[in-house]
Amino acid sequence: MTDTPIDKAVQRTPEGISRRIRGLSDRAIAWIFVAPTIFLLLAVNIFPLIWTIRLSFTNFRVNRPNNDVEWVGLRNYQRILTDPDIWNTMQATAHFLIWTIILQVLIGFALAFLINKKFKGNDLWTTIIVFPMMLSPAVVGNFWTFLYQPQIGLFNYVIAFFTGADPASFSMIGDVHLAPWAIIIADTWMWTPFVMLICLAGLRSIPDSIYEAAECDRASKWRQFWTITIPMALPFLMLAVLFRGIENFKMFDLVVQLTGGGPGNTTTLTSIDLKREAFEKWRTGYSSAYAVILFVTVFGLASIYVKALNKVKER
Amino acid sequence: MKTKLMMTAATSAMLVSGLSAAAMAEDLTLCWAAWDPANALIELSKDFEAQSGHTMSFEFVPWTSFADRMLNELNSGGQLCDLMIGDSQWIGGGAENGHYVKLNDFFAANQITMDDFIPATVTGYAEWPKNTPNYYALPAFGDVVGWTYRKDWFERPELQSEFTETYGRPLSVPATLAELKDIAEFFQGRDIDGTTVYGAAIYTERGSEGITMGVTNALYNYGFQYENPEKPYDLEGFVNSDGAVAGLEFYKSLYDAGSPPGSSNWYMGENIDAYRSGQVAMQMNFAFIWPGVEADENVGGGKSGYFPNPAGPAGQFAQLGGQGISVVAYSDKQDAALEYIQWFAQPEVQAKWWELGGYSALKAVVEDPGFATSQPYAQTFLDSMAIVKDFWAEPAYADLLISMQERLHNYVIAGDGTAKEALDGLVRDWTEVFEDEGKL
Repeated sequence: MTDTPIDKAVQRTPEGISRRIRGLSDRAIAWIFVAPTIFLLLAVNIFPLIWTIRLSFTNFRVNRPNNDVEWVGLRNYQRILTDPDIWNTMQATAHFLIWTIILQVLIGFALAFLINKKFKGNDLWTTIIVFPMMLSPAVVGNFWTFLYQPQIGLFNYVIAFFTGADPASFSMIGDVHLAPWAIIIADTWMWTPFVMLICLAGLRSIPDSIYEAAECDRASKWRQFWTITIPMALPFLMLAVLFRGIENFKMFDLVVQLTGGGPGNTTTLTSIDLKREAFEKWRTGYSSAYAVILFVTVFGLASIYVKALNKVKER
Repeated sequence: MKTKLMMTAATSAMLVSGLSAAAMAEDLTLCWAAWDPANALIELSKDFEAQSGHTMSFEFVPWTSFADRMLNELNSGGQLCDLMIGDSQWIGGGAENGHYVKLNDFFAANQITMDDFIPATVTGYAEWPKNTPNYYALPAFGDVVGWTYRKDWFERPELQSEFTETYGRPLSVPATLAELKDIAEFFQGRDIDGTTVYGAAIYTERGSEGITMGVTNALYNYGFQYENPEKPYDLEGFVNSDGAVAGLEFYKSLYDAGSPPGSSNWYMGENIDAYRSGQVAMQMNFAFIWPGVEADENVGGGKSGYFPNPAGPAGQFAQLGGQGISVVAYSDKQDAALEYIQWFAQPEVQAKWWELGGYSALKAVVEDPGFATSQPYAQTFLDSMAIVKDFWAEPAYADLLISMQERLHNYVIAGDGTAKEALDGLVRDWTEVFEDEGKL
């Protein structure tokens, strides 16, 4: 008789259970293992989604449990899609999303390209660069608030040092023109290392032999960069864009900490607006419709993007 | 033998009474904001624990997330809190949605009368509907927006003479909002002891209720009214009257010309920090901060003075703060919670509450002959409580507040549109809310 761990486990299984299992097919056993996960997924993800869709057609307010819940059809959707304030919020979100992605991809890729070179202290620099993404967004929001302080903030002093302007003459988080850039800068500082790591993985996956062959063909470094590095790292870059896009579409904590959505509504992103509707105004039906619209938008865009990503990978 | 028997009987009786007391002892949880007065309440409640045998636990949440956290708790029928010191604006929702226990019968049975409390606090913290004898809370903490100023700076001869030369009057506590703005402008960007200082720290916060709690101090005094006094929920011409527009323009001009750069999202905490660190000559803030100012080594001990919100062309009013204490309807320890309220309402407990830094709303405390001189800010507190006005306390107060926050911040801080457009927009928002509520 063998004495492997599996045999031991079989021996320890009570006779009743082992008899029952012996009569089950492989498929049935697989279902037994998968069922808890599927049940959990249904309970945690699918059921709330269906419930939210149902609520989005009602005037339900969670803070008025005694009120009658009326079926309002598409009224919530119509109100949201015709509300100019919500379109302004969408615009602010798009501005934030586009610029953070552009900056993070450019800077992240450049850093990855530099870090990919072999030099002394490479590991130390990688650790230092990655440090911001290890912090909590609330902490980052808090200390950038201090950095942006016109009287004592380091950021204003640095800008003043290079431009000669009075540090107290501008307020990054209090000015309608500067506040959208204030949140972009803070987010870029925090999440560029993440993009860098993905790009670094992409760059390190390119075999040296391809570059050696290019050298033999007397291809310039510039040409190698555009015809080898970029195309081969592109799927990784696109993956980074996908991750950052989804993450920043639901950006909340950092911006709330930095600007609270202000000045005015300048930095009120959709997630902040949705939270106000759902948990401050308690318009549950309305905010459910809002959430459904955002979900469809993100899901739709992400699906199109993933298809494009797969095509790039197939090339 | 007889003695032994008696001792046994006595011991048994003690044990039985002890056990019955232990069986009745509850662990009560009181929910409030995390701020200085909450610490004073912990101290005060030790007496209750000693007297009643109940134990007290506390759940304190920072102001910026207090409403979110606690309203979530109430709306979900949570049993975390047995006692809630909820904001004054919650009283309508607390009453109509059944979150708070109605206290009329309890007050009647225990000889607690609302006539014993400052009238404004009864209306503001306890009654729903307003001005009707239906009570859902006991006034717990009187609070009001007032001003703190650097008395030591105001008294400097060189500043006195320069101010008098410029404005033709001495540098002193402002009697009007216009005078306050002059003083703020006078200090703005001034060098004092080698440090650049600014005029006044005012409320500008966007996320919760900050800018509304600040701007109303100008709006009320320039003629803003929440509704037509003759016709409830009739807003046009009252919310956006010429006076209200002038009040909003005044606040913006004060922000633009007299507040520290970068103070675009400031509320209680930021104002306190700016004042304590010597950045500003004046700060707008709720009265609860005054004991802390007095005790502060930089600005306390006679360096600071206090004054009520100055008058405007339409009168002198100040934004009411403060809270009442309610029994949460979902608590299964309501008897013990009511016991706490009964204990808290006693005059001697209220007197100790004031001593510890809590602002009692009991007339017996504030009308005591020694009260006005008991602290440097006591008279200002009394004067301020006499001129209070409060925000809507409707069940839909949050919708009304968020609209106001947005409209005010857009105009005052972001400089978007005109004051008239902001208030016209507010009328539209509020009308929509009241229509949704079925009140229009």
